[in-house]
Amino acid sequence: MSKEFKRPDGRKHNELRPMKAKVGVIPNADGSAMFSFGDTVAIAAVYGPRQLHPQHMQDPSKGILRCNYDLLSFSVYDRKKPGPSRRSNEISKVTEWALLPAVYLEAFPNTVVDVQIYILQADAGTRTAGINAASMALAHAGIPMKDLVCSVAVGKNDKNLIVDLTKEEEDYDLGEGATDFAIAKLANSDDITLMQMDGKAQPKVIPDLINLSVEACSTIYEIQKKALKSVIAEGE
Amino acid sequence: MSTNINGSGEASEENYSTEESGSAKRRIVVPGETIIEGEDYLPGEGTRREGLKIVSSKFGLAEEAGRLIKIISIFGAFVPRKGNVVVGRVTDLNYAGWVVDIDCAAAGFLPIEESPRFINRNEMDQYLKIGDVIAAKIWTVKTKGPDLTLNGKGLGKLEGGFIFRIIPSRVPRVIGKEGSMVGLIKEKTNCSITVGQNGWVWIKGQSIDEEIKARKAIEIISEKVHVEGLTEKMESWFEEK
Repeated sequence: MSKEFKRPDGRKHNELRPMKAKVGVIPNADGSAMFSFGDTVAIAAVYGPRQLHPQHMQDPSKGILRCNYDLLSFSVYDRKKPGPSRRSNEISKVTEWALLPAVYLEAFPNTVVDVQIYILQADAGTRTAGINAASMALAHAGIPMKDLVCSVAVGKNDKNLIVDLTKEEEDYDLGEGATDFAIAKLANSDDITLMQMDGKAQPKVIPDLINLSVEACSTIYEIQKKALKSVIAEGE
Repeated sequence: MSTNINGSGEASEENYSTEESGSAKRRIVVPGETIIEGEDYLPGEGTRREGLKIVSSKFGLAEEAGRLIKIISIFGAFVPRKGNVVVGRVTDLNYAGWVVDIDCAAAGFLPIEESPRFINRNEMDQYLKIGDVIAAKIWTVKTKGPDLTLNGKGLGKLEGGFIFRIIPSRVPRVIGKEGSMVGLIKEKTNCSITVGQNGWVWIKGQSIDEEIKARKAIEIISEKVHVEGLTEKMESWFEEK
C-alpha cells in the first residue's frame, strides 16, 4: 500500500528531511546548539548550573532543569504574538520531561540549569528539533549526562506510515487523515522519554511507528555526535 | 546499572601535566558513548560502568591513564572545588565578612577572620569595598556555597589592571605544566597575571600594549583545545609579534 503513496516532497516513507546541526552557536551561553530538519530550525542555549531564584524552588538534594520553548514571531506564516502561550508552556514542560532522564543533576544542589529553545523557522516537528538541539547544548555545557536524547516525529497520512512530517503532511485530510506522533528517546537504550500523539492510529500500527522512529533516531544520533565532535576538532 | 559519577577533588592542573607528557591516549567522546570494554578498567571522573563497558557521562576528551579512564571536559560552567584559586569581585559586605562573586552557581563568602591581617569590623570597607577584585582560595565548599580565604601566597586584593573571562575548563591549559605557560606570557610581556580556576583572568602590565598582548596570548591558548606542544608554538607566536 505504501508503495504507491507519493509524499509531496518525493521522500521515501522512512526518509528524514535533510538535517543540519551545529554546536556553539551562542558564545555567551555555557552551551548552545542549532538543529534543523529541512525548513524547521531550532536553536537551544544552556545556562548553568547557576543560582536558582526564587529560593523556595531550590532543591537541596539535586539541581533542577528548567526549559523554555518558544516560537519566534517571524517563524510562522501568520505572525505569532510574542510571549508564552498555552502551546509553548505545554511544549516547554514536555521538553523538560524528555530531557530530565538524561541528565545527572545530583552534583549541583540548589541550582538550576536553564535551557532556552527558540524556533527560528517552523515547518512541523519543532518540538523534536528543539529537543535534539537542547540535548546537544546540554552536552556542550558540560552537564553530566546519561546519554544524548534523540527525537523525531513519525506519523501517518491515510494508511501510510511516514517519518518526519512537514506542515503540508500534518495538514493531510484524505482518507484517515493525518497522525502526528512525536517521540524522544535516549540514544543508546530503548528508553522513550517523550511520546505524544495528535490524530488517530490503530493500536496495531503503534509498534510499527515506534520501530520507524527508533531507526530515524539512530540517524539523528550520528548527526548530533558529528556536530559535537567537530566543535573540538575545529580548535586545532 | 551503576549511575556513579565521580567528582573527585583533584586539582585540574594535574590533569594536564599528565596529558602534556604525550603518552596518554585521548579521543573525543559524547555522553552515552562507550569508551572501552573490559573488566580491567576503572571508571574515573565523568565516566560510569555499565556491565562490562566504561561509558562516558560527559562531553570531552577521554583519557586512558593506566587502568583509569577519565574525561577531561573542555566546556561548561565553573564548579568550585576545595583548593581552587579564584578571581572574584566583592558584591556585598556584612557583619561577618565579604560576599564575593566568583562566577559560579553560589556566591563565595570571605569571612573577616580569613584576611591576612586584623581588620576592624567597623572599618571593613577600608580593606575591601564593593567592586574590588580579589584573588582568593576556596578552603571549603558548603551547601550554601564556597568559603574563601586570603591566607596564602599570591592572594589578596588585585589593584589596577583589568579582568576578563575565558572558559573555566581551559584554565589548566593556560597555566600549563607547573605554570610554564603563564610563566612564558609573564616573561614575554612583563605583566602581572593571575588566572583564577573560575576562568577570570587579571592582567596588569607596564603599558596598555603589553596588557593587550598578554590578553591575546591567553585567548589564543584557551581556543586551542588539544594541540600538542603549545608552549613552543606560543614562543614562536611571541617572536612574530
